[in-house]
Amino acid sequence: MSNDFVLVLVVITALGFDFTNGFHDTGNAMATSIATKALSPRVAVGLSGVLNLVGAFLSLSVAATIASGLVDTKLVTLTVVAAGLAGGITWNLVTWLLGIPSSSSHALIGGVIGSTIAAAGGHAIQWHDLVAKVIVPAGLSPIIAGLVAATGTYLLYRISRSLTEGARSHGFRIGQIGSASMVSLAHGTNDAQKTMGIITLALIVNKTVPATASAPFWVILSCGLAISLGTYMGGWRVIRTLGKGLVEIEAPQGMAAESASAAVILLSSHFGYSLSTTHVATGSIIGTGLGKKGAEVRWNVAGRMATAWVFTLPSAGLVGAGAYALAHAIGGTAGVIVDLVILIGVAAVIYLRSRRTAVSHNNVNAEWAGSVAPPAPEPEPAEPAAA
Amino acid sequence: MAPPVAPPPPWINLTALWQIVVLGLIAGAGLPALFAVGLRALSMPGSRAQTAGADSDRVVGGSTAGIAIAAICFAVVLAAIGWGIYAIYQAGHA
Repeated sequence: MSNDFVLVLVVITALGFDFTNGFHDTGNAMATSIATKALSPRVAVGLSGVLNLVGAFLSLSVAATIASGLVDTKLVTLTVVAAGLAGGITWNLVTWLLGIPSSSSHALIGGVIGSTIAAAGGHAIQWHDLVAKVIVPAGLSPIIAGLVAATGTYLLYRISRSLTEGARSHGFRIGQIGSASMVSLAHGTNDAQKTMGIITLALIVNKTVPATASAPFWVILSCGLAISLGTYMGGWRVIRTLGKGLVEIEAPQGMAAESASAAVILLSSHFGYSLSTTHVATGSIIGTGLGKKGAEVRWNVAGRMATAWVFTLPSAGLVGAGAYALAHAIGGTAGVIVDLVILIGVAAVIYLRSRRTAVSHNNVNAEWAGSVAPPAPEPEPAEPAAA
Repeated sequence: MAPPVAPPPPWINLTALWQIVVLGLIAGAGLPALFAVGLRALSMPGSRAQTAGADSDRVVGGSTAGIAIAAICFAVVLAAIGWGIYAIYQAGHA
């Protein structure tokens, strides 16, 4: 009885995480297209949202492996899952506020690992798998994506050098619509499955479904919808950092970066590596800056991101562990409820804080002046009615 | 509960790594390069177009051969993407 109530809370929290995953990662697919004006901001997030939903249904091969392959599922309880999700969501919101594109996958994995350690100790973690399947790919994937993107950028400029500036922009903007769509699709196939895996894990833990079950249809549908809706909300702060902050991007670079991201994400998931799409997209964008003569990469922005990446697993883990300790101290259903109430409070504070330096589809492409929040041109116009 | 006895997998799967790099270069850099070849062919000046200024953003130049080459390039790119999506669908619903 009580268990089913907690299960419902966990499922809602997981869908909440999926939603943050969507809006945190919109930029991975669409930042470069928005920056080059291949797509208008609102069309871009709409297209990306739809393709994320399609992607969620396209492939289901890694659904149950993401967190359950890294922790001993026999030691996991619903409280552990809830606390882990709290860790993941908190980290996603904080990095979004700062406009840092950090990995939602790492936030989720970190949160669940932290709460599992707090609940059962370090022996419940498959450390070898954690390093081989999460940490090593996280280090390599941005480098590979950067290499592919730099090669692509070089080739595109080389091949298209006889075109006029205008024709080149026009042509590659059309190409960008295709390549950005592929990244959105790849994101759906990859990231929606991570939440599907977590919900399935919760169902297994609660003995609602047998241990060998794959994700039920309603889980696939609700995860697809949650990530799609989140994507449509548009994480404008992160989009701005990726599209304007790292490198000034032209259309050929945008297409090269997006193609590299899509290829690396899809190939890696084919080989069973559930990569962080964020790491890949960032690597591609830096690569496209390196591949074009005279393009400037803002290494201080890149450095800030890399620092955040290093801290993602441990930070989300600490929050997850703390959330578990609190829930455990209070005990039972009440403990989970207290955790979630605090989580909602934290989310509300972060949201209110973000309103002070709002980034929206109106100012996402403003000139980069060293910070996420664009300099306010005049006293903030209240949300324009035309929007 | 005894863990399954199996040799631990290597830290880095080198076979997968080089395949991802090579296939990534082919698909992630090669396909957009082919698209660029198509754009360039498309823009070749020819009889079928009015003359365009140097700062024109007209993509179609008007050469019949160019348009044909471009069509082939774009078709190959689309076919490769379609095949890739089909392969993902197959793998996910086996």
